[in-house]
Amino acid sequence: MKMNSKNTSNYYALKLKEIRRKKSESPRPSKSYEAWKKQVYSKFASMSPERKKEFRNTSGFVLKPVYTPEDIQDIQYEKDLGFPGSYPFTRGIYPTMHRGRLWTMRMFSGYGTPEDTNARLKYLLKHGETGLSIAFDMPTLYGYDADDARAMGEVGKCGVNVSTLDDMKTIFSDIPLRDISTSMTINAPAAVLMAMYVVVAEGQGVPLRYLRGTTQTDILKEYIAQKEWAFPPEAHMRIIRDMMSFSTREMPLWNYISISGYHIREAGANALQELAFTLADGFAYVDLGISAGLPVDSFAPRLSFFFDCGMNFFEEIAKFRAARKIWATVMKEKYHAKDPRSLLMRFHTQTSGVSLTWQQPLNNIIRTTIEALAAVIGGTQSLHTNSYDEAWALPTEKAARVALRTQQIIAEETGVPDVVDPLGGSYYLEWLTRELEIGAYEYFDKIERLGGVLDAIKTGFLQREIANTAYESQKELETGERKVVGVNSYVVKEKRPINILRIDEKAQRVQVEKLKRLKRTRDEQKVRRALEELRNAFLDPNGDTMPAIIESVRARATLGEIMNVGREVYGNWAEPPLL
Amino acid sequence: MGGTTIAVKNDTGPRGGANRKIRILVAKPGLDGHDRGALVLCRAFRDAGMEVIYAGLLPTPQQVAQMAIDEDVDVVALSLLNAAHMTAFPAVKHELEARGGSNILVVGGGIIPDEDRKKLESMGITGNYGPGTPLKTIIEHIETRVRNERWRTTSSGARVRRKP
Repeated sequence: MKMNSKNTSNYYALKLKEIRRKKSESPRPSKSYEAWKKQVYSKFASMSPERKKEFRNTSGFVLKPVYTPEDIQDIQYEKDLGFPGSYPFTRGIYPTMHRGRLWTMRMFSGYGTPEDTNARLKYLLKHGETGLSIAFDMPTLYGYDADDARAMGEVGKCGVNVSTLDDMKTIFSDIPLRDISTSMTINAPAAVLMAMYVVVAEGQGVPLRYLRGTTQTDILKEYIAQKEWAFPPEAHMRIIRDMMSFSTREMPLWNYISISGYHIREAGANALQELAFTLADGFAYVDLGISAGLPVDSFAPRLSFFFDCGMNFFEEIAKFRAARKIWATVMKEKYHAKDPRSLLMRFHTQTSGVSLTWQQPLNNIIRTTIEALAAVIGGTQSLHTNSYDEAWALPTEKAARVALRTQQIIAEETGVPDVVDPLGGSYYLEWLTRELEIGAYEYFDKIERLGGVLDAIKTGFLQREIANTAYESQKELETGERKVVGVNSYVVKEKRPINILRIDEKAQRVQVEKLKRLKRTRDEQKVRRALEELRNAFLDPNGDTMPAIIESVRARATLGEIMNVGREVYGNWAEPPLL
Repeated sequence: MGGTTIAVKNDTGPRGGANRKIRILVAKPGLDGHDRGALVLCRAFRDAGMEVIYAGLLPTPQQVAQMAIDEDVDVVALSLLNAAHMTAFPAVKHELEARGGSNILVVGGGIIPDEDRKKLESMGITGNYGPGTPLKTIIEHIETRVRNERWRTTSSGARVRRKP
């Protein structure tokens, strides 16, 4: 492994030293816990043994039977926690949090043809959803048209297919883009989809400065976890840089990137790895913006995050709190951000997909409820709750409605959103928050020594860390050390427990037909000219690719045609061997 | 593209050799980069004593079949989570046959509805295990199929080697 010795005194290493020093200098623990443990606890436990020899959370922390003031003696209220809306924002980024405005209930949806998805979006809006979130199919995610050989059998299966500008228009037909915020889960071709959204908005007469929403755009986590890229890392980073500049200039309300831990976690990472790798990616994008010549405060307020929320309730809440604190601290101390908004970690949460079971699927409603509750207590800005049938297929309307209702019940009936950070001050939670913070700085330091996130990807370090955790976790499940209800305990035999959504092959036929029609009716010369301009923009490392991408979309070039120009210019990328 | 072999060869007979270690190609033949399960399977197969080759990201069915022939494997293990299994799995089988690899066993896994499972089995693509299946079940299925491919039981109950 390549170690960069000159980085041993990097900011993160120094920060780590500072936190550890504080921890060791805090007043000596009183004798009361040790006394209790010896005299009361051990005596009791020897007669009535505990369920396990050792209790651990997903991050591998060994848990004590109980936490006391001694465990958090080095934590100073105003310095480490602060009030909601005050630095370092551990308790929340706004003074009122969910007392002011509830989180945005944003259900990820999309399947089949653009027409199918348009109908589903309108259904969700009618039932009280407050933000749109579009899922695209695999060909779209990789930047292939519906008629590409690689798209065979995949069109409309895992999301909606978008091959052309007209597809995008159809998805949003009768949905006013001025009034709604739209999140698009799209990464490798994010710039193309953003360009399509821009052109659709122009068609609806909506000025770009009013457009609210998000393109996920986070390519780093693709190399780390989800593996959906089209070009080598440097090429994608360069296009993201152009999206950053364009959005900063023209679309001040647009979140041009959603730095995502979700996929890292779903690929097998534990809570600590999700926290650390996601924030490390976040800092890499800050470096990118600075390298593009943008002042940090001009773009940092638009950076947003996206986390997973798994089943270990307290660990998840602590993760969200630690994330807010670390982001604010590093943005202030390392990047010298002055605008208070640059310090605020705004994030979307999705309940954990991998926690859902194929077996006894109705149990998934309970899992999602517990995870959603943790996300709300953790202070999320928006939330997607998974549907109980999603280990089987994309959700049916009925299942999607139960998932939305889950959020509404938490919001309206539990009283949980009425007090900010209601578990703050819990000895256990505060201890966990700090341990996760320390663990994250350890990872940042390690990544820095490897030469940064890109090098940590190219050497396969991050991917291997995740694969190791995934394998260990699977082995725990096999041995029964980790129990999942319905999978390795409380198993029953059941025959097709639920009805599921089936996507027929119609979507592929319809989408291919539309492409044929488009190619017959558009001005081919105009398309060729626009794509030639695009090629020149891709070839010029200092040029701006966004205007050329928008012009190509306007000329009716397809998603695949635009991405193919990039593939020709940049080539592909093979990941390092991981096994 | 290009596979990665992750085990040391120590019994390198031709395919079908009675005691050769099981040589297996793990592949996701579609536009699906969600490789968590595939990577877990690779390691589990290796820990079970198999020689494992991972096809890498996004191979086409043609590439998977060619790799299986080139690497002289006993088994191709396919996994997809993107609902494209009814297109991609039969395509791999077809491409194998077209390349003279019809005796290479094909097993599958992923999110596969019952009615699809039946169709796949009738094509000789077996297993087709869903989420939550113990690794042991999958490994035993593969070992059994390979054993049955290499050995057959005569009418008198004796086990004899099939011709390679």
